[in-house]
Amino acid sequence: MTDYRTVPTICPYCGTGCGMLLEVSGGELIGILPQKGHPVSDGTLCVKGWTSHEFVGSSRRLTSPTIRRGEAAGEASIDEAIGLVARELWRVVDEHGPDSVAFICSAKCTNEENYLVGKLARAVVGTNNIDHCARL
Amino acid sequence: MVVLGQSRSEEKDIVSKITDKARDITGKEVDRVLAYRLEEGSHIPHLFSAQDIEQMAEEYPAQERYPVASMVRRLQAADPGIRLAVVVRGCDERALIELAKQGQVDLERLVLLGLACGEELAGACGCSQPYPSEVLEGEKAEGDLDLGMVEKLEGLPPGERLDYWLSRFNTCVKCFGCRNVCPLCYCKECALDEPELVEPGELPPRLPVFHLVRAVDMAGRCVDCGLCEEACPVGIPLRTLYRKVGEAVESRFDYRPGRSLEEESPLAVLGTEEDVS
Ligand code: SF4
Ligand code: SF4
Ligand code: SF4
Repeated sequence: MTDYRTVPTICPYCGTGCGMLLEVSGGELIGILPQKGHPVSDGTLCVKGWTSHEFVGSSRRLTSPTIRRGEAAGEASIDEAIGLVARELWRVVDEHGPDSVAFICSAKCTNEENYLVGKLARAVVGTNNIDHCARL
Repeated sequence: MVVLGQSRSEEKDIVSKITDKARDITGKEVDRVLAYRLEEGSHIPHLFSAQDIEQMAEEYPAQERYPVASMVRRLQAADPGIRLAVVVRGCDERALIELAKQGQVDLERLVLLGLACGEELAGACGCSQPYPSEVLEGEKAEGDLDLGMVEKLEGLPPGERLDYWLSRFNTCVKCFGCRNVCPLCYCKECALDEPELVEPGELPPRLPVFHLVRAVDMAGRCVDCGLCEEACPVGIPLRTLYRKVGEAVESRFDYRPGRSLEEESPLAVLGTEEDVS
């Protein structure tokens, strides 16, 4: 039997934090509605919010990291990819100093995750080169 | 320049008779009830079954209206056998009637739990009939289609009127919310997605094509629920625009979308030129 419910959440796209409802039916995300009376957005969304259910089940979504070796790029595990990134970052930092690298964090991460990226950049690596995709 | 303020109502309608009836019929006469659930202070749409019908919200705030007719349309399409009840205000019923005439919903398989809007909401909306045909809850407020803004704009010299609309359309952020939220917009292929008419990435959308395409498409269909205007992040007075279009249809065909199931939509009949003159 058909089910339908809505789940209040915050738009994942930028730092504004508009309120929206996920429309869920049959275990699938079937649509988005702007949440009425929300203190930030009161029943309105921009085009990104309105379409933000579309990427969730997209076949074009990346589901695993890819590592390029020479000409060929192949799927890799998360551990393998993070290990490679960490080693290469440290190599660049060792050779050229901490300001030779930069960090970009994302509105799709939680506040706490973004805080940790800030700590990683400033306290661990030692650079203030940090920015955010949602600094519109 | 004329500034149109959106009037909002803070009113809350109590729906205890409706919740009582919903609890009575769920699992018997109907399988599911489309109504609102209260979560963290927010009234959100939910499809209740006999298991969770106790959680149906007891209040219907004027400011938290959602396009329930679209939900009914999609639910019936997904499960043609479903026996549904739905809480409707006047405009929700108008939308369902219009959708039924267009073959998009089946009213035979639908129980309507009618809610009359309070006076404050009826006044703020200025809609023609702030109550559904059968009212289970609430007092019927006076319905009087408010064409005040249409007339005010019509009183302006044509150049100024054009400037007014263009300056408002110019603020459009092309969120497509007016279309997405509209209970009467169900086309699988929408003119607004045609790159020849609405160029992707162009902001504001080419004036006045975007807004006039929608206005023309709403002729004979818009049931004046006001959800589009509420969804517009930049406050374009869309309801006024579509009321003007509605007035044009009504004056020529004596047709008001959603008013009655019996009246035939001018969109459904091919007439002769004499019918229009
Ligand atoms: S448009 Fe009419 S029926 Fe709908 S909420 Fe407003 S007053 Fe009520
Ligand atoms: S008022 Fe707006 S949302 Fe409602 S039917 Fe008319 S065009 Fe659609
Ligand atoms: S809701 Fe307003 S801003 Fe969004 S597309 Fe429609 S007119 Fe433009």
